[in-house]
Amino acid sequence: MKTNDVILQTATKVVLFIIVLFSIHIFFAGHYTPGGGFVGGLLTSGAIVLLLLAFDMKTVSKILPVNYIHMIAIGLLFSIGTGAGALLFNVPFLTHAFGHVELPVLGDTSLHTATLFDLGVFLVVVGVTMTIIQTIGEDE
Amino acid sequence: MSLLHLAIISPFLLAIVVPLAYKLFRQIHTGWFILPLPILLFSYFISYLSITSNQQSVTKSFSWIPSLGIEFTAKVDGLGLLFSLLITGIGALVVLYSIYYLDKNKEQLNTFYVYLLLFMGAMLGVVLSDNLLVLYTFWEFTSFSSFLLIGYWYHREKSRYGAQKSMIITVFGGLSMLAGIILLYLMTGTFSITEIIAQSDEIFTNPLFVPALLCILLGAFTKSAQFPFHIWLPDAMEAPTPVSAYLHSATMVKAGIYLVARMSPVFAEHSLWLWLVAGFGIVTLFWGSFSAVKQTDLKAILAFSTVSQLGMIMSLLGIGAAALHFETVEDSYFTVATTAAVFHLINHATFKGSLFMVAGIVDHETGTRDIRKLGGLMNFMPITFTLAIIGTFAMAGLPPFNGFLSKEMFFTGMVRVLDMDIFNLDTWGFLFPVLAWVASVFTFIYSMVLVFKTFTGKFQPEKLEKKPHEAPIGMLISPIVLASLVIIIGFFPNIIANTLISPAQAAIMPPAEGYMYDAHIYFWHGFTPELFMTLGVITLGILLFATLPKWRKVYDMFPEKLALNRFYDGMLEVSQRASFNLTRLYMNGFIRTYLVYIFTFFIVALAATLFIKDAFKFDTSNVAPIHYAEVLLALGIAAASITILFVKSRMTSIILLGAVGYTVSLFFVIFRAPDLALTQLVIETISVSLFLLAFYHLPKLRHEERIRFKMTNALISVGVGAVVTMIALSAHSNKMFDSIAQYYVENTYKEAAGKNMVNVILVDFRGFDTMFEITVLGIAALGIFAMIKLRLEGGKKNENK
Repeated sequence: MKTNDVILQTATKVVLFIIVLFSIHIFFAGHYTPGGGFVGGLLTSGAIVLLLLAFDMKTVSKILPVNYIHMIAIGLLFSIGTGAGALLFNVPFLTHAFGHVELPVLGDTSLHTATLFDLGVFLVVVGVTMTIIQTIGEDE
Repeated sequence: MSLLHLAIISPFLLAIVVPLAYKLFRQIHTGWFILPLPILLFSYFISYLSITSNQQSVTKSFSWIPSLGIEFTAKVDGLGLLFSLLITGIGALVVLYSIYYLDKNKEQLNTFYVYLLLFMGAMLGVVLSDNLLVLYTFWEFTSFSSFLLIGYWYHREKSRYGAQKSMIITVFGGLSMLAGIILLYLMTGTFSITEIIAQSDEIFTNPLFVPALLCILLGAFTKSAQFPFHIWLPDAMEAPTPVSAYLHSATMVKAGIYLVARMSPVFAEHSLWLWLVAGFGIVTLFWGSFSAVKQTDLKAILAFSTVSQLGMIMSLLGIGAAALHFETVEDSYFTVATTAAVFHLINHATFKGSLFMVAGIVDHETGTRDIRKLGGLMNFMPITFTLAIIGTFAMAGLPPFNGFLSKEMFFTGMVRVLDMDIFNLDTWGFLFPVLAWVASVFTFIYSMVLVFKTFTGKFQPEKLEKKPHEAPIGMLISPIVLASLVIIIGFFPNIIANTLISPAQAAIMPPAEGYMYDAHIYFWHGFTPELFMTLGVITLGILLFATLPKWRKVYDMFPEKLALNRFYDGMLEVSQRASFNLTRLYMNGFIRTYLVYIFTFFIVALAATLFIKDAFKFDTSNVAPIHYAEVLLALGIAAASITILFVKSRMTSIILLGAVGYTVSLFFVIFRAPDLALTQLVIETISVSLFLLAFYHLPKLRHEERIRFKMTNALISVGVGAVVTMIALSAHSNKMFDSIAQYYVENTYKEAAGKNMVNVILVDFRGFDTMFEITVLGIAALGIFAMIKLRLEGGKKNENK
């Protein structure tokens, strides 16, 4: 008998975006308030897991055609690249830089290379969590 | 690097090209390429005779490991030269003999000559090195190449057994010698033998002196097959006969003799040296000659005979050491023993080499070495028979051969022990001449057995594999040369007296300034006790040889169980089984047992450190006030943890574990760590769901049980907890410096433009750690992926996905 998950699926459609927004908030706010790449990444993958629970694996991979193992690699590249970029400016590995930049839409924005590093962490965490859950889930 | 060094390593260099010569010139016997080298070396060393005859020496140095003060110093003095001449001279003869002995179509000649050259070079290195470490290096090279040569016919089980046995025993001795060398270095600060000899008076009272002496002697005794380490030599007879003739009669087994002679100036003043060297020597002499009589294999007789002759030389060296205790070394009354040792060393090399070659010829031409099958070969092999007569009569000590002279001198040396009044020699010293005489009787018997059982008596063609005939001339040249030496030295001993013997003696017992040893060997020295001893040996020997079948049963009285070989085999087996059992005892394959070891070690090491260093301290002065919420949470977490131990179902344990995790995140909340609390909350959720997943896939148990109580486990877990608590408390109470946290508080915004200090530390101040932590996560994910996807058993269908 096939159950009808219409309430779950509808609720998911609503809640998903709230969770994703919250995780993005936590990620970006990490430098000033509790949060950061790690928790942000975990929350994003939490949102995807919710999607997995409400729908099935095939649908989710159609909605999000992402290879999570590539995601891990890209995340690591981001982190290491941020660190290695410092070498170009003749400062030690992983020396971060920050400054205020006038951007066209956002106006005066504080930019920090640590965010790029954190983005690497974020991507790796999402990739790792999703790889683990997906592999175990697909396993018979 | 001088010509002398080149001469020493030339065999190694030639060994490199031997396989090439073997592959390229298959028609020519490889031995012909080898033969020129020992001849060349022999003539080269002859050129040193003019120097050493004046009892002078030549030293050439070459830096090897300068930072450790190790130099390859080559020193040619009387003793070194004597050995070099033996090595190269007999080496040349053995190579010539082996050319006819080994078939070029049936044998692996390349390996044979490589090993042989390796051995020759190593042996030259041993006798010419002045540096003890270099000597040791070459020493192990001889053990190693001898191992290879004994196991030359490696498809035979007995060869492998003999090779292994000789390896174990000689390497055991070699390592002990290395220990002795290091002890000598500790005492003197140098590896140079010359310098150590110069300091020998100062180190005499050093507490390390006696251990060094014992270690060095152990090395010498094992190498020279002294009782009870002689057991490897008879088993080494599985080697091809040229090898036995070369290594196990003339050269390698004399390396120990060389070592004792070389180190005599250092140690000989000590009474222990005299007693050990002379004592072991005389016992070996007796035991070797006694055992030789019961052997039935030609080479086994020769092996035991070698053992006994080596014992004889050794005992002479020991007795000779006594001479150093008397004021004047010049008085030749006691130094005669050393002269006899050197003289007999030369003689033994000549006649034993030729006898081995004779045994090889008999084996080669009849197909057997068993004296029970042989007999009456005299008519088929007249030349071989003549050679055997010369060799055995020299060995038995009959005139006019050289063995007679050295045996007379041996008796002289032994009889003169009676006149010594040092080291209790006046009480037990009489044993030396008595044992020497008895052993000589046995020597006479087995010498006669060797020659007469083989060549006379009834010819038994039905027992022989081949029809016997005289050996080819090439095979006979070498033993003929050696036998002629036996006779020449026998008739004109004084041609080597002042060229070889005295210089060697000068090296063994350095004389006072300006004194020159002058050895004179006489055929006839009047009606002395030793002459009557020789006559007695001959009379009793003939008598016993004639009645041998009647008293042979004496040997049956020695039970097989007491044999040293049985002891050796048993020891190997017992040690093997014991180590196997010991390993099986503690390596039982259960992780729980290994955890017990690890935790026990943990408890013992840490608790002992706390106790010994008196480090436990409990100080409440800087403890924060305790809030009631903390107490509540602690009680909760303790309750949950303890309940896990007693619950029946796994599901409950998992949920309780989750409860512990969430309580921890609550702890983070009240200890004001929001980042940690967030992370802990999410991670705990994920891990609990993974646990549930694992639980879901577990095989169904019939009934779930709670953990069974085990006293050891309880004790260990309580112990670990207690130790960790004690360490935590004392670490907290022993705080010596302020935290560096203040720096972060001040600089988080100023330097890193952030306000969340935790995150700034994670990505900025200490971002390096974070980088590798996410790498760890990535590896874990890949690991899980690989573990689940790659199932190689049914993996074919996954292969191309």
